[in-house]
Amino acid sequence: MADELYYQSVADLSARLEHKDLSSVELTRAVIDRTRSVEAKIHAFNSFDEDDALAQAAASDARRAAGASGGPLEGIPVGLKDVIAVENQPLTASSRMLANFVSPYDSTVTQKLKKTGAVLWGRLNLDEFAMGSSTENSATGVTTNPWDPSCVPGGSSGGSAAAVAAGEAIVTLGSDTGGSIRQPAALCGVVGMKPTYGLVSRFGLIAFASSLDQIGPFAHTVEDIAILLQAIAGHDERDSTSFQSAVPNYRAALAQKKGPWKLGIPKEYFGEGLDPEVGAAVEAAIAYYRGQGCEIKAVSLPHTQYCLDAYYVIATAEASSNLARYDGVRYGHRSPEAKEIGELYFKSRAEGFGDEVKRRIMLGTYVLSSGYYDAYYLRAQKVRTLIRQDFLNAFYDVDALITPTTPTPAFKIGAKVDPLALYLCDIYTIGANLAGLPAISVPCGFASSGLPIGLQLIGQPFAEAELLAVAQAYEHGHDWNQRHPQL
Amino acid sequence: MTQYEAVIGLEVHVQIRTKSKMFTRVGAGYGQPENTLTDPVVLALPGTLPVMNKAAIDAIIKTGLMLGCEIAPVCKWDRKNYFYPDSPKNYQITQYDQPICLGGRVEVELPGPARNVMGEHKHIPLTRIHLEEDVGKLTHGPHESLVDYNRAGTPLMEIVTDPALQSADEAYAFLTAIRAMIVQGDVSDCDMEKGQLRCDANISIRPVGQKELGVKVELKNLNSISYVRDGIAHEIKRQISVLRSGGTLVQETRDYDGVAGVSQSLRSKEMAHDYRYFPDPDLMPVKVDDAWRKRIAATCPEAPFVRQRRYFEVYQLPYTITSVLVWDRALAEFFEATVRLAGMGRAQVVGNWIVNDLLRDLGAAKQTIAECKVCPEHIAELVALIEAGTVLNNAAREVFSEMFATGELPTVVVERKGLRAVPTDVGELEQWCRLAIAANEKAVAEFQGGKDSAINAFKGPVMKASRGKANPKLVDETLRRLLASG
Repeated sequence: MADELYYQSVADLSARLEHKDLSSVELTRAVIDRTRSVEAKIHAFNSFDEDDALAQAAASDARRAAGASGGPLEGIPVGLKDVIAVENQPLTASSRMLANFVSPYDSTVTQKLKKTGAVLWGRLNLDEFAMGSSTENSATGVTTNPWDPSCVPGGSSGGSAAAVAAGEAIVTLGSDTGGSIRQPAALCGVVGMKPTYGLVSRFGLIAFASSLDQIGPFAHTVEDIAILLQAIAGHDERDSTSFQSAVPNYRAALAQKKGPWKLGIPKEYFGEGLDPEVGAAVEAAIAYYRGQGCEIKAVSLPHTQYCLDAYYVIATAEASSNLARYDGVRYGHRSPEAKEIGELYFKSRAEGFGDEVKRRIMLGTYVLSSGYYDAYYLRAQKVRTLIRQDFLNAFYDVDALITPTTPTPAFKIGAKVDPLALYLCDIYTIGANLAGLPAISVPCGFASSGLPIGLQLIGQPFAEAELLAVAQAYEHGHDWNQRHPQL
Repeated sequence: MTQYEAVIGLEVHVQIRTKSKMFTRVGAGYGQPENTLTDPVVLALPGTLPVMNKAAIDAIIKTGLMLGCEIAPVCKWDRKNYFYPDSPKNYQITQYDQPICLGGRVEVELPGPARNVMGEHKHIPLTRIHLEEDVGKLTHGPHESLVDYNRAGTPLMEIVTDPALQSADEAYAFLTAIRAMIVQGDVSDCDMEKGQLRCDANISIRPVGQKELGVKVELKNLNSISYVRDGIAHEIKRQISVLRSGGTLVQETRDYDGVAGVSQSLRSKEMAHDYRYFPDPDLMPVKVDDAWRKRIAATCPEAPFVRQRRYFEVYQLPYTITSVLVWDRALAEFFEATVRLAGMGRAQVVGNWIVNDLLRDLGAAKQTIAECKVCPEHIAELVALIEAGTVLNNAAREVFSEMFATGELPTVVVERKGLRAVPTDVGELEQWCRLAIAANEKAVAEFQGGKDSAINAFKGPVMKASRGKANPKLVDETLRRLLASG
């Protein structure tokens, strides 16, 4: 690890805070200073409030002095994607529609983080309403990749990934509907995890596609991912889709679960379109696991080729309905031009939403329309069941699956103008969303261009503890996370 | 001339009375200041999620069981998508193709030939009952429209009949029956003025003997049960007159103005919405197991007509009394409690007191049975006093009014007001009887000629002489003895 405070792990920082050789105010000040120095280049944030963060840090130091630490996140600056509601803070989804919206309530994960004593730091940029794979669809402008500011950071949680990579937050939260945590984590060279659907409450997360969305953590280390996941996981009676079961101690499990594991290599994830350098990095990772005594098995997920199609039917259908509430009536952008209710809807939404959001609303509206529902939405749901079954079948034989996170490293800003080309960025990540499985991306090398490459591990439902252990086994044998971009 | 018959289907919306709304904890209710019964979920703020109110599920299961429905072991939630400012999410959470209650039939009584004669009974088949959330309320001004979300998200069930009703009277009878059952089941107050019960009617006509249904017109804004009846009758007449005058009917939605007795077209079929129903991904399907169903079944009250048949059999009550008692659960339960105290043989007398005197005084005092001071003990005791001759009928009515006002037991009222029937001086009574007989030779002749009822002619003067306090039974006996002895 580098010496800079802002690149240290939660595990290390919390030990220093605990031993009082560092205060949360000092740490938060370091993160603020770093943000001030690099943010103009990165644009990871839609907004941040330095005074508020320092006040939280001071309160944390006071708690710690009083012997009331909330745990390992006490006093640690945590950045939040700008789709996660924090009381009295802006909640914009990087959309003109919500440019002036301030949330009057906390999301469940926000409440949980506040209980841990974390310093909530800033509102992180994203593709508008989490729709995109490059953060280019943000109404506030693109976030750049800290490794190469001419490249995208990935998306939709581009701000969350870039902030960690650039040292503008110690750890962050994002949300993942089709790869929106793992893909930017891979492109920015950090660890990012999408938990099992239902492990983390969605209450207070602006919905894109309700049956796919999950909040998850970004960090430099797997252990920090475990710490952050611990803080946000668990049943929530305000989210009917949240799973009712005890949450294991993820950090403790890391120390206990040592393998060797049976790991599956789904052949469908290594075909056409995979960049050779990415392929080679993943092959090297597989070889590493084999060398550690893991059994490597070839497996097949035969319905993989339908993932993208099923995803874009289901996700857009749900989005078309979820985004209907942004109508200019109760809050959000209201067109000043409108003279009657029909015009109010048309103009407010036409002005408030960006092109990609409109494209997906139209697509989703179409697939749900009378006469098309059976051919699109219903069929997509059937395909989804088959895809999930593929994964569950594979898990009869293996503990986890290894795949590339993305087909290529980060691409140039503006390089992909065709929406379909952008959709292909998520080809390896979408399956885990459709099947509701936990999946993590860990750095596994760099391309010759100097851009990071990510390794994806997909686990069984609610087997996060196992999955984190598998990921950490790789991480402990490599030092990719010791490298940081030159800014 | 072609004869037509009507085919009618009803869609009845009933608000379920729960403490909180259908999908969030904020309170549900009526008459609060605008937009005070709201929270982030009701207002559909970004990031909010619905959570099902289990009390509303209990209530709809109860309704379904009362109306003879099958309760689906699994039902689910769907989104009905449409843009309108009264719907904060711009979709309504409802149940599209897997409702919680399936089928069912409701027994109704059509108007009889006279008020005191029972009418024909029919069973109206139900298609389904499902649960959904109510919408907010819009108020349109000249330059602006205002919206109040207090009602938005209130649990609302929709009861759908088969297209199986044939007349406006059947619709009236159906609504009367289900309203009573739902109120008796404590599911809703069904106050139509407060919008707690709302009814739309789908009406078509066809030549008698034709199987295919005619063109359907949906009648909306029928905001009282009488307006439902009048609106349907009006619409049937309108449709017949359109066809008879050579016109054609169009599928449309019409608004009925109950005050003016006229209807006008709101929209035609071409403007129908595509609601793009799909399963709500925020909510899990609801599984109702046997134990749940049985727990609710144990709380269902007896259906009015079942109760009525029991009253005929067990108490031998006349139709006129039962037809009042069984539509009011509290009144019926009061009646049964009174009979338990007074004795089975006094059921009709008890029924008369309740249906005539108690209801009249309750009406005058604008009280409910639960609010009033009269208990079953009062009426049972009064009936016993009358039977023992302690209180005479005229005095008994005074006793009743007094105990209604004060809550004192009849014996207390009788003593305090000196209404006890005077133990009659036999000599004095005999003297009054002799005088009465002597004064009416014609009646004496009639009685002795075999006309028994002629004896009544003497009773009036005797009662008058006693100032109403003579025991009628003793008067009758004395008159007969004197007349027989000549």
